[in-house]
Amino acid sequence: MYPILEKQELAPAIKMMVVAAPNAARKARAGQFVIIRVDEPGERIPLTIADHDSEKGTITLILQEVGKTTMQMGALEVGDSLATVAGPLGHPTEIEDYGTVVCVGGGVGIAPIFPIARALKQAGNRVVAIIGARSRDLLFWEDRMRSVSDELIVCTDDGSYGRPGLVTEPLREILEERRGEIARVWAVGPAVMMKFVSRTTEPFGVPTTVSLNTVMIDGTGMCGGCRVMSGGAAQFVCVDGPEFDGWLVDWDLLLSRLQYYRPQEQEAIEHWQTCRSREVPA
Amino acid sequence: MPRVNPTRTPMAEQAAEERIRNFDEVPYGYTVEEAMAEAQRCLLCKRPTCMDGCPVHINIVGFLELAAKGDFRAAINLIKESDALPAITGRVCPQETQCEQVCVMARKYEPVAIGRVERFLADWEASQGDMPTPELAPPSGKRVAVVGSGPAGLTVAADLARLGHRVTIFEALHEAGGVLVYGIPEFRLPKAIVRREVDYVCGLGAELVKDFVVGQTATLDELLTEFDAVFLGSGAGLPWFLDLPGENLSGVYSANEYLTRSNLMKAYRFPEYDTPIARGRRVITIGGGNVAMDACRTALRLGAEESIVVYRRSREEMPARAEEIDRAEEEGIQFMYLTTPVAIHGDEHGQVESLECLRNQLGEPDASGRRRPVAIEGSNYRVPADIVIMAIGQSPSPLIPRTTADLDTKKDGVVVIDPPTGKTSKRGVFAGGDVATGGATVILAMGQGRTAAAAIDEYLKTGVW
Repeated sequence: MYPILEKQELAPAIKMMVVAAPNAARKARAGQFVIIRVDEPGERIPLTIADHDSEKGTITLILQEVGKTTMQMGALEVGDSLATVAGPLGHPTEIEDYGTVVCVGGGVGIAPIFPIARALKQAGNRVVAIIGARSRDLLFWEDRMRSVSDELIVCTDDGSYGRPGLVTEPLREILEERRGEIARVWAVGPAVMMKFVSRTTEPFGVPTTVSLNTVMIDGTGMCGGCRVMSGGAAQFVCVDGPEFDGWLVDWDLLLSRLQYYRPQEQEAIEHWQTCRSREVPA
Repeated sequence: MPRVNPTRTPMAEQAAEERIRNFDEVPYGYTVEEAMAEAQRCLLCKRPTCMDGCPVHINIVGFLELAAKGDFRAAINLIKESDALPAITGRVCPQETQCEQVCVMARKYEPVAIGRVERFLADWEASQGDMPTPELAPPSGKRVAVVGSGPAGLTVAADLARLGHRVTIFEALHEAGGVLVYGIPEFRLPKAIVRREVDYVCGLGAELVKDFVVGQTATLDELLTEFDAVFLGSGAGLPWFLDLPGENLSGVYSANEYLTRSNLMKAYRFPEYDTPIARGRRVITIGGGNVAMDACRTALRLGAEESIVVYRRSREEMPARAEEIDRAEEEGIQFMYLTTPVAIHGDEHGQVESLECLRNQLGEPDASGRRRPVAIEGSNYRVPADIVIMAIGQSPSPLIPRTTADLDTKKDGVVVIDPPTGKTSKRGVFAGGDVATGGATVILAMGQGRTAAAAIDEYLKTGVW
């Protein structure tokens, strides 16, 4: 069992938890994820490691309550435990001194972009960060992102804070104004956002890395449930990724595969809401 | 001379029309009387051949003689000297090609149902309450890491723990058992039985660390700084796909994914359990091995109106156990033989709609000795389906070789071992089971585990590699 040591609400339906998971914390690096399971009848879902402390044996997870499992996890308190935390999984981000880089985080993707931006900064890069959310109350970690960025641009879709509009707009301006200066772009967020970030950077020829968040079960490469097409070849996100070249990803296939369990996900939410105090089934 | 009983004692089982609606075990197992009657069929050969057919060389005549007298306690203890997991092997071993094939009775009559009696004894012991722990050797002070808690790893852990070594089993998933929990369905091997056998191995002193992915959570080299030896029993979990057009449509599963959702995650009990699984009306399984049989029979139990197996050769060449093919046929699975899939077609939502196939004829025998299927050009036709399951084989995961420079593997990722010892190219590292064969049976994995355990014990004592 993996006890929850700290819990904080970052925004409505977005929660941060510090979890004791010494094995995962010991080797965790930016870009990697864990598979968690809340309890015995629970499903396995991937969550990115937003931060870790190897000495204390803890990892930080950020979750957005979008379905049954994240809602149930969000309802846990300090002192409760997760049944499974397996990892770290996937390849770490390839951190080097590239020069000037842009890190784009959208919505709950601000959490996983943070350790990537921090590692890039520590490696000597000049970090330009763009973070965006639907509205002001859904935005979090502006201060953390500022602390690891040389420049920070904040956007909200509804214009309630910072620049109004989508993250792709300031990104395009930067790429236009500073042609030749931006070495690389990283983007983490909803699949649609990463798709359009990739479409934005491609004409400028700036290599773009995205972190894919697909349906997963084991997270160790034994089922292929997470497979995507990248550059015309089938790849398993859990072991070949989670980071891929955004220009090569077949986004429409990925988006359609993400929809497949939608009806059952809805059924799971309804089932949970009607019997919250569930016992472990016999 | 005792009178020879030519026919084996039948074992009662759930009727086909009943069992296709549940995940309960198909055979009920022997009663005390049936088990004794069957054990009494054994001729007690002076030079028994049955033991040669058993990969872990159980003293078969010995345990049958005890069972025939009703001394079940002594009989199960004798089995456990060679086989730590008899409730499992009694159920899933292909006895017809092993012990029962070389039973002397099989020359003229039906062989003694060795597997059924073994299974009875294991279940009898469990029904008696606690399972006594055998005597353990004094602590050797040596530590061994076992990577993977499937049949190979559990066998090695049990053997080495009994020899006094401190064993830690590292398992990537949240439940121990490997293919026994994620691959083989509940209706063939109830998970409560696997848990019972795992508890028995842990009761011998082996420590189980779950959620630990070797190659990620720690590398093999990191394990070697803490342990005197490592046994690699990580199996062959990387599923193969055919690289067909449309293979990434929603509704196309690897058998590993389909079975893991159903067995390990209990998706068949959704929404009581959280993991969803698609319930198709027409399900096609591609392949002809035991995994394909498990997948097509699972589909039926998940409510498929039609569950169809597509296999490129004919029934005679199917690698699945005869008993499993018979059961699948009884349950109403349809078989399309001599059929090669060429494409999967989808609808406007990106979901599977049909499988396009070619008809085959059998050509000359190939390297495997089986007649090679040759596609008949232009014979394309489509079979409607909403789920397609790929059960065409698997190979070892690349996670460990990728992070271990000096571990020799073949092109397909299979770890190279010295068969009499299980030694790999890396000092202190032994391997066995599917990671070293590329995909075989539970009992072969256990046999290789047994061999490796003896070699590990020798290495720990002598330090000679």
